Amino acid sequence: MRFWGKVITITWKDTLSEIRTKEIISSVLVFTLLVIVIFNFAFAANREIMKLVAPGILWATFAFAGVLSLNRSFVPEKEQGCLEGLMLCPVGREVIYVGKMLGSLLFMLVIEMIALPIFTFLFNLPVLSLQMVTIALLATIGFVSVGTLFAALAVNTKARELVLPVLFLPVVVPVIIGAVEASRLALAGEPWSRLTSWLGIIAAFDVIFLVVSYLVFPFVIEE
Amino acid sequence: MKTRGSASRARAIEAHELTKSFGNHLALRGVDLDVGWGETVVIFGANGAGKTTLIKVLATIIGISSGRVLIDGLNIKDDAEEVRRRIGVVTHQTFLYGNLTAYENLDFYGRMYDVPRRAERIKEVVDMVGMTSRLYDRVSTLSRGMQQRISIARALLHRPAIMLLDEPETGLDQQATTRLWEVLQAGEDGKPTIILTTHNLERGLELCDRLLILAQGKIAYQGARQDLDLADLKRTYQHYTGVGT
Amino acid sequence: MKRSILFWLSLALLVVALYLIFGYAPIEQTMGIVQKIFYLMVPMGWLALLSFLTVFVGSILYLKTKAPKWDILAYSAAEVGLVFTTLALVSGSIWAKPVWGVWWTWEPRLTATLVLWLIYLAYFMVRSFTAEESRGATFAAIVGIVGFIDIPIIALATTLWRGMHPGAVIFKGGLAPPMLLTLLVSLAAFTVLYSFILRQRISLRNDEIEIKKMKGL
Repeated sequence: MRFWGKVITITWKDTLSEIRTKEIISSVLVFTLLVIVIFNFAFAANREIMKLVAPGILWATFAFAGVLSLNRSFVPEKEQGCLEGLMLCPVGREVIYVGKMLGSLLFMLVIEMIALPIFTFLFNLPVLSLQMVTIALLATIGFVSVGTLFAALAVNTKARELVLPVLFLPVVVPVIIGAVEASRLALAGEPWSRLTSWLGIIAAFDVIFLVVSYLVFPFVIEE
Repeated sequence: MKTRGSASRARAIEAHELTKSFGNHLALRGVDLDVGWGETVVIFGANGAGKTTLIKVLATIIGISSGRVLIDGLNIKDDAEEVRRRIGVVTHQTFLYGNLTAYENLDFYGRMYDVPRRAERIKEVVDMVGMTSRLYDRVSTLSRGMQQRISIARALLHRPAIMLLDEPETGLDQQATTRLWEVLQAGEDGKPTIILTTHNLERGLELCDRLLILAQGKIAYQGARQDLDLADLKRTYQHYTGVGT
Repeated sequence: MKRSILFWLSLALLVVALYLIFGYAPIEQTMGIVQKIFYLMVPMGWLALLSFLTVFVGSILYLKTKAPKWDILAYSAAEVGLVFTTLALVSGSIWAKPVWGVWWTWEPRLTATLVLWLIYLAYFMVRSFTAEESRGATFAAIVGIVGFIDIPIIALATTLWRGMHPGAVIFKGGLAPPMLLTLLVSLAAFTVLYSFILRQRISLRNDEIEIKKMKGL
């Protein structure tokens, strides 16, 4: 299909650029590690306490990592007016949204795939399970759906580093709550049936904000 | 001279009562424009007169507030994607990604424009701008002038019949500017239609078939090249823009 | 003219509501006099929601038409809404102190209101951080749309999070008829007051823009 061909072209362009520089993935990974270590001090690593706060640490870390990596996603498009170059291409503005969103999703998933084993190793918690991977996937889709929209918005303001988190964090509160609660249950070895209402909230958020962002994105990039 | 364009009788560019406002600021207030195929129209104007806005509207980067614009008979509101296939844009920005090589940049844009036989076409346009030897270098390692040449190749990649040039000299060095004009005048398959904005009166007068002066979002003056010599143009320009040269 | 009618009407209704609250509605058995805050807290929450609905509708219309009047409506409603959201938080806090013994509790409604307050704060931040005013208006409209759509999801998530079932916790066990009447009158009084304030704010905003235009030209 033509739509997806163009979307993949944009995603591939971002991926190629990232493979060259490793700018986003490497810096966000270092940041993630630092946050985990600092939280460790904040909660004086007692194993019992750790079990209680680990889901919170995990998702606070990923939310901040998301802000950091999304903040970078539209920066190359502003240098040398590339966003205008994209807008000149014979594709709808929505194609640009989906292409950029998939790129950010890919980078975030790579970061999480590396961070989760580290988490398991440092905190002696069974973070690697099918349940946790499902939660991470759903929550990350939620993050990048609105995140890509807000990143495109923030890059056109005078203080993008500040504007993105201020917009992004309150809006994704349902995702953070859902992911923390679902992870808590998953780490306690609860069955899938206990997780469904949380996964449902995150999935609903994903679907709703993929559609809404898709619809309003053209207004963000058009002057 | 052979000119390019569709077989249909539609004009290259037709604008009627074109206005564009940004909130309460009116950037274009009722511009009428009629450009035939193969014509070179040069637009002069002071900063903030609306030159860049006009180019961006024609390039379908920004929407219009009212009026009607047809490019090759296609309404830019309804058929934006088809319109974009017909235009190439060069501005002082290159639209190139510094982390990718020149080839990767052109390949990316080639895919976006569905350019047939992409690899060959890329070699062709890069040869036209004389950058074949640096094709596989990262764009960020190229000099400013070289990047601009790649940018010209990018604009020509999909064989646009209409070229929109927004103050290209601002970013181009002397060599690149000369090269751009050679390429455009020769024309791959007929001379393209060119809209050029510039501050350089002398150069603009030399290149144009027709010239316009924009002042405060309106066409203040319009004339053919033979109507004016440089001294007349300077006087007229100062009269309408209040800016000496 | 119409504005002064709204003003006097809201004043009259407020006086009636005040009488009903302190002279007519019975004192609640377990909570005592503190429960009276309820007649203030509920209208504040309602007006916050009404404001953000107005912001939502104004924002959509602005994006569709780019007509400044819709942005003026959305902006004014967001500002009034932010004030009422603040008042809802404050009255909720005053309620929390005697009932739960703390000024702040992460009760689902209060939590959701706080998140909303933060989103609509961002609505104004985006505007002030954008160089061109019309672009700022567009960006704010997007926040207004996304924020409003987020409200039910936030409410659901915060409710489930505190282990409560969705549904009206406050109305559990029903409300005595005099209490219900008092609440309804209070709601009506504040809604009329709200429409008065919103109209004032819109005309003020119009004047502001007019002055800016004159200064600029």
